[in-house]
Amino acid sequence: MTTVEERSTMPQERESNPAANAADRPIGYGRIQRKEDPRFVRGKGRYLDDIVLPGMLHGAILRSPMAHARLVSIDTTEALAHPKVHAVITGKDLEGLNLAWAPTLSADTMAVLATDKVRFQGQEVAFVVAEDRYSARDALELIDVEYEELPVVIDARRALEPGTAVIRDDKEGKTDNHIFDWEAGDKAETDAVFARAAVVVSEEVVYPRVHPAPMETCGAIADYDPIDGKLTLYETTQAPHAHRTLYAMVAGIPEHKIRIIAGDIGGGFGNKVGIYPGYVCAVVGSIVTGKPVKWVEDRSENLMSTSFARDYIMKGEVAATKDGKILAVRTHVLADHGAFNATAQPTKYPAGFFSIFTGSYDLEAAHCSVTGVYTNKAPGGVAYACSFRVTEAVYLVERMVDVLAQKLEMDPAELRLKNFIRPEQFPYKNKTGWEYDSGDYEPALRMCMEQIGYADLRREQEEKRARGELMGIGVSFFTETVGAGPRKHMDIVGLGMADGAEVRVHPTGKAVVRLSVQTQGQGHETTFAQIVAEELGIPPEDIEVVHGDTDQTPFGLGTYGSRSTPVSGGAVALAARKVRDKAKAIAAAMLETRPEDLDWEKGRFFVKGDPSAAKTIQEVALGAHGTVALPDGIDGNLDAEVTYDPPNLTFPFGAYICVVDIDPGTGKVKVRRFVAVDDCGTRINPMIVEGQIHGGLADGVGMALMEFIGFDEQGNCLGGSFMDYLIPTAMEVPDWETGYTVTPSPHHPIGAKGIGESATVGSPPAVVNAVVDALAPFGVTHMDMPCTPARVWEAMQGRPTPPI
Amino acid sequence: MQVPAPFDYVRATSVGNTLELLERHGPESRVVAGGHSLLPMMKLRLARPEWLIDINDVAELRHITEEPDRLRVGSLTRHAALLASDVVGRLFPIVHDAEKVIADPVVRNRGTIGGSLGQADPAEDLTTVCDVLRASVVIAGPGGERVVDMAEFHRGPYETACEQHELITEVRFPIRPRMGSAYEKVERRVGDWAVGAAGAAVQMADDGTIADAAIGLTALGLEGLATEVAAVLVGQRPSEDLITEAGRLAAAASSPVEDQRGPVDYKRHLADELTRRVLRRALDRVGATVPAA
Repeated sequence: MTTVEERSTMPQERESNPAANAADRPIGYGRIQRKEDPRFVRGKGRYLDDIVLPGMLHGAILRSPMAHARLVSIDTTEALAHPKVHAVITGKDLEGLNLAWAPTLSADTMAVLATDKVRFQGQEVAFVVAEDRYSARDALELIDVEYEELPVVIDARRALEPGTAVIRDDKEGKTDNHIFDWEAGDKAETDAVFARAAVVVSEEVVYPRVHPAPMETCGAIADYDPIDGKLTLYETTQAPHAHRTLYAMVAGIPEHKIRIIAGDIGGGFGNKVGIYPGYVCAVVGSIVTGKPVKWVEDRSENLMSTSFARDYIMKGEVAATKDGKILAVRTHVLADHGAFNATAQPTKYPAGFFSIFTGSYDLEAAHCSVTGVYTNKAPGGVAYACSFRVTEAVYLVERMVDVLAQKLEMDPAELRLKNFIRPEQFPYKNKTGWEYDSGDYEPALRMCMEQIGYADLRREQEEKRARGELMGIGVSFFTETVGAGPRKHMDIVGLGMADGAEVRVHPTGKAVVRLSVQTQGQGHETTFAQIVAEELGIPPEDIEVVHGDTDQTPFGLGTYGSRSTPVSGGAVALAARKVRDKAKAIAAAMLETRPEDLDWEKGRFFVKGDPSAAKTIQEVALGAHGTVALPDGIDGNLDAEVTYDPPNLTFPFGAYICVVDIDPGTGKVKVRRFVAVDDCGTRINPMIVEGQIHGGLADGVGMALMEFIGFDEQGNCLGGSFMDYLIPTAMEVPDWETGYTVTPSPHHPIGAKGIGESATVGSPPAVVNAVVDALAPFGVTHMDMPCTPARVWEAMQGRPTPPI
Repeated sequence: MQVPAPFDYVRATSVGNTLELLERHGPESRVVAGGHSLLPMMKLRLARPEWLIDINDVAELRHITEEPDRLRVGSLTRHAALLASDVVGRLFPIVHDAEKVIADPVVRNRGTIGGSLGQADPAEDLTTVCDVLRASVVIAGPGGERVVDMAEFHRGPYETACEQHELITEVRFPIRPRMGSAYEKVERRVGDWAVGAAGAAVQMADDGTIADAAIGLTALGLEGLATEVAAVLVGQRPSEDLITEAGRLAAAASSPVEDQRGPVDYKRHLADELTRRVLRRALDRVGATVPAA
């Protein structure tokens, strides 16, 4: 077994000094500055709203002020009379085109523009196309809509009660608000373990509705060319290729006549996976007017109508022995999916990957059941960097392990160490069917404890408690499951979750790599260049990364669920290796020897035993395109294309410890320190990895302390602006302290796992565990997010209340 | 993108010119200074003025002037300028306490004292500060200037004595000897409106008793000063019991409403807790000792 001493110093990484000359920069993996940043730091990013096409018109959406109402009439006469208005589109108009309803990514349907009823506040009712965005907004006020109010369903706990209003009466024979029941694990076996367990703890744990709130809101510019019948659609999308296929299937435009362009995307976090009614309306608007139509939502529209996240009410139970061996975990979840079941996730997984709620522990049994319900709220559910509901799963199990620790009066870190899956058990098959690829958990937690000074902090806490001061230490340990997926198990609306990549080396030895995944700020232009650089020895700055244009890139499912590196990273590495194999044959021809007599060192082939007889990759590139007599079966280029179907997901993990201080007079929580030790396998660019972690930790603090989309009894959204929906600032987060271990994925071509969502998944329980730990002297065993001053104070008074 | 309804815009050159413009453009014209309340409301189309009269060029409204017995602050003085002013910090530390927690630097760079008082948002901080400092407000109108005290100026949420055709030009703070002041706010996040806040100003007599005291609350359902609190403080020597009683009375004087920031009992508790804190700090700043209980 690895000892702490051996692992406490982190492995060496290749670093670069930005001031050093190019020759010192790593060719391949290592800490290099991001290639895309010069344009971002100069304010020269090319976002959707920066694009202006000749003759472009502007669209705006009229939205429902009510959460549930029958549409009695819509009068657009006055709006159409506005001198700058070119078109007003309603649900009736779309019905004529068979576009009033569209399929969701979860085998449901959703209204594009309402025809019969409105089902949540902010739902799309009409679309105005005008000469400028001001006139478009002005004209919205000229549309006269008559609504007949209906009873609303806001409390998910009561959505299935008999007599409750039926939201989806558009679905034939629908008489309730039930969407699905889904389960994983063995119920009988789990119940049997619980029945004989010496200790059982249970809590209702709520992960409230939050919103990804990307800095750039969603939008589209549709440019339909009536002469050649081609639709060019600029979109804020994380999945351009999937969108192209869906538009072809739904709108009937042939797929080769659709081009999706996603430029720079100002944050996605899952908010930009699905197709929103505004995109479809922009397309229809362009077809109707014959001009390009731009639609960009405002902040309130984004918060009120686009994909929310979470909204899980979880009853968690843990069975254990008296000395703290965890035997089983079971849970029932009530999932609020809003008015349409529009979550974006693999078809066979209606609750995403929630069944990974067994966490990082070796259990005898586990079972979960999930019931999805409709409510009069915006649709969505899988967003905000959640890895398809791993966030909810990790939050549940990590909160419950702390509940158990408190009950047993055990240290929460010691309890975790006692129950970890051991390194020799990998690949580890858990009780709900997942095969964890690799892991070595204890060194990561030990490193985290050492880095934060765990024992000293516990002593300090004891002293402070004696003085009536409130200090809490929160531990969480997570295992992620990312990189969907093996296509035989995982698809989205029938499209297998594989991704393509194409590598071309130009005659002068520069290269281009084309990706199907779509960056939203993650640094793809750097990371993927580094993967090619590592395989071919071409400097990253000599490699152009092309993405975000379906006419220029191979097919693939896009970026979400931390799948870019696990899936496209595999595709790129394998494509580069194909290029290298081909280069070897050409180099052999150039050196007048056999390929098997050549050795490779990064960037050059040389004859075994005679290193001076060599050809660099750049020389081979020129040779491939030049006059070298090519071996049989080798054509004159250095190109390769691969579509990578991952054999399994990857399972990154990490140990997080958070220290909070709470003002006992006001309930205000201050996050004092946060140490995050992550293991994502091979680290391609450690700076980008850390950047991903820093962002995710800020998200986690935000969710734990302040983020929440609430509704009043009439169904009014109470989180519709940044005055009401709070996201953390630099003032609420500490200086992040990070560490890492490296446990490569055994099945991935370069041993890499995804990192994009680890911190968002792992950090909320660390913060909440710290808050509950601080409040333990008040007898608090659990409190739900968000831990606002008022809610913390209520918990101190002995009445922690769920937020919903 | 949020865009306002159509409106016209004009830049005023002086106080006199502003008043002329207000008269010319009538009841649907609005004065804009920092714009941090008006512009968001216009973008949400909750406010729809026909004319915006921009006073940012009116230099006579932008000053901090110390006189022997008062501090005069022009209505166009930015939050950032108040926070940067040593004179303000020396005379009235409560202003710096409050300015540090008003929104964020970006807002403080534009927002003004006149705008804050004129908007009269119930969660706005400077109204409480001006209340406890017994400030007065100068209002210019077609008939000349008038000076009103805060009790007269601040009529309630979003309502002041400044009429549509008038302009707030100055805020005047009396300078009194042996005075201490403090402000504290609880917010869910930096830049959020207050969950609750309290401000205190105390003036000490030569014999070590409290000569004058003023306690105000923000966002806790109390308009003007908590007179019951002042009544128990004046004439007394500071003590732990006195501070406890002040907190209790402040909570009793508050009348908060439940919202997303917290329930009524929590907000009442804050009135108590924060009153005790600011009173203690104000006493500390004037050098008054509070004997341990």
